[in-house]
Amino acid sequence: MSDAMQTTSGSNGVPAGELLEVEGLSKYFPITKGFLRRVVGFTKAVHDVSFNLANGETLGVVGESGCGKTTLGRTILRLYEMTAGSVRINLDEGRLDVGNLTPEERKLFRRRAQMIFQDPFASLNPRMNILETVGEPLLVNGVAKGTELEQRVARIIELVGLRVEHLRRYPHSFSGGQRQRIGIARALVVNPRLVVADEPVSALDVSIQAQILNLLQELQGEFHLTYMFVSHDMSVIRYICDRIAVMYAGRLVELGPKDELLDRPRHPYTALLLAAVPRTAKGSRGKRLVTAGEPPDPSNLPTGCVFQERCAHVQDICREEDPPRVSMSDRHFAACHFAKDLNLDGITVAPVTLSA
Amino acid sequence: MASVSDTGRGDLLLEVRNLQVHFYLFEGVVQAVNDVSFDVHRGRTLGIIGESGSGKSVSAQSVMGIVPSPPAKQLAGEIVLHRATPDGGTETLDLGRMDPRGPEYRDVRGGEIGMIFQEPMTSFSPLHSIGDQIGEAILLHIPDSTPQTARERTEDLLRRVGIPRPDRAVDAFPHQLSGGMRQRAMIAMALSCDPALLIADEPTTALDVTIEAQILELIQELQQDLNMAIIYISHDLAVVGGVADEVMVMYLGLVMEHADAETIFDDPLHPYTRALWQSIPKIDGPLEELVPISGNIPNPFAVHRGCPFYARCTERIQGVCDESPPPVLEPRPGHTVRCFLYVDDVGSDANGAMGD
Repeated sequence: MSDAMQTTSGSNGVPAGELLEVEGLSKYFPITKGFLRRVVGFTKAVHDVSFNLANGETLGVVGESGCGKTTLGRTILRLYEMTAGSVRINLDEGRLDVGNLTPEERKLFRRRAQMIFQDPFASLNPRMNILETVGEPLLVNGVAKGTELEQRVARIIELVGLRVEHLRRYPHSFSGGQRQRIGIARALVVNPRLVVADEPVSALDVSIQAQILNLLQELQGEFHLTYMFVSHDMSVIRYICDRIAVMYAGRLVELGPKDELLDRPRHPYTALLLAAVPRTAKGSRGKRLVTAGEPPDPSNLPTGCVFQERCAHVQDICREEDPPRVSMSDRHFAACHFAKDLNLDGITVAPVTLSA
Repeated sequence: MASVSDTGRGDLLLEVRNLQVHFYLFEGVVQAVNDVSFDVHRGRTLGIIGESGSGKSVSAQSVMGIVPSPPAKQLAGEIVLHRATPDGGTETLDLGRMDPRGPEYRDVRGGEIGMIFQEPMTSFSPLHSIGDQIGEAILLHIPDSTPQTARERTEDLLRRVGIPRPDRAVDAFPHQLSGGMRQRAMIAMALSCDPALLIADEPTTALDVTIEAQILELIQELQQDLNMAIIYISHDLAVVGGVADEVMVMYLGLVMEHADAETIFDDPLHPYTRALWQSIPKIDGPLEELVPISGNIPNPFAVHRGCPFYARCTERIQGVCDESPPPVLEPRPGHTVRCFLYVDDVGSDANGAMGD
């Protein structure tokens, strides 16, 4: 069973080393007021996020709504301008500083970093058929046109599990799962290295989700892709990712290898998030932990740790000082004053409260 | 009331028998609900699991009398509500024969039966305060209530569902509350007249997992306090596993399997239930490769001679399952399944279809 789950780096064709280096990345959205739209404050959607992404790995970014996980993905792809920090991507063609791209580099970056969107009903243009939709990135980026374009589109369409006869059809004639396949084909047709998938299965029916998750895994092997997989669903993240990044109120609170982080979380928020997911195994089915509180307003964050109001282990220091980044190993860290001291429960331990 | 079977439990609240609701649309006829029967008992929770187009919501909306008609038409079936009368006795009402727009039904809807919906933002009017909207239901259903008593009762309800500062929240507008607080307000509204039955249609799907845990705990607490019956509709098997006493699995308007919750998850009989369970990622247990259900959910206008799951079923019997509708069988007491696999002599009984 578990060998089928292996999607980690090191297999042939995947270059070793880091693909992406994110350092101190922040994205603040201004809050404006009145007729003159004066800026009265900032929503710190993403604040001081640093991590590396290795070639061929799948990083899951998980957190509750408003935690900044979508903004992080979009800022890395430069769909939003970054407020501070840097993003570097190491391509075969050279190293790019994503915050300062020349027009030539920008074109290259657009091809090598792609996005898969959540809602396959909203993300496709109803007036473009499949050939036009999937071929557009090739045309716009000047990669291919005419018969070559059609051949490339046909090839990718078959790889994502659709048929060449569908090329002249329009989005309305496809189901949700098929539309998501079209969205995936459009992202992959330009041969990207990095793919940011933002909740790619959460709009799909339960019976279709597994098809798309398995397809993404197959394509990762085929194209040597590196995924940043954004989701609110811890079970999906557990299935598809190698490492997991947990975000809370715009901060990256913990990042580590899947098994380490799930078995022994180091940040109290990671533990809380894991305990809140209903268990499925016989004997503990439906069990989950209920904790009070909601995430803080990202435009009005408390001093010190952002998680202090909901944390069961809060101390005076948490209300005064920002937590340091505590490393467990070179690929696992948690932003908590007590990351090394706390003994938190992971998913191997079923929560003790609430059941049917 | 005709064809009402005695289940041996004295706490029977609602009986739905052979409900059939079709939608007559320009494009064709959608057989949204076909031959659906179930009982609901006081203090217990019936979970309905299904994907889009399964008829789970239309079944519940039929009980509530809010299926838009036209285009929908209830072709057959009884919806029998046993309600307490002021003098301490009980009376039975066949809701299916009552005018959904009539005063009698209006008395039941929001009175005996309360309902909470998926998206509280679209279920509340944005133009009126929370207090006015809950108060309206109270003034309508509770005899001798005045605006003053309605306001006091509303504050009580808001306190009971865990909204902080209820004296202020009464005057808040829906957009001023967070998603979790809006859903709490929605529950307060549904509970405003002490319903005997609460219908919850995907009440936590739009919420984060930690907030979902809070809302589910609240619903279960209220159920215990009020001895309420609950119909809980969701596509999420893990959530249903945590709240339901018995579970009904629906697919394209048909009840495929119905049993107590333990049995549905530990020992399902229908190939669809089994496939669904194998296709969803889980938070606990060994990490196994997901087995997707092949194909797509069929077009809702399609008419199936045999089992609607035939094309996607791994255990289908050609010449049997595609030839005639599968029978409803009860291989074990209290466990019904709509599938040819459990016919003793498959093939000879190809016409024993459509239950009773």
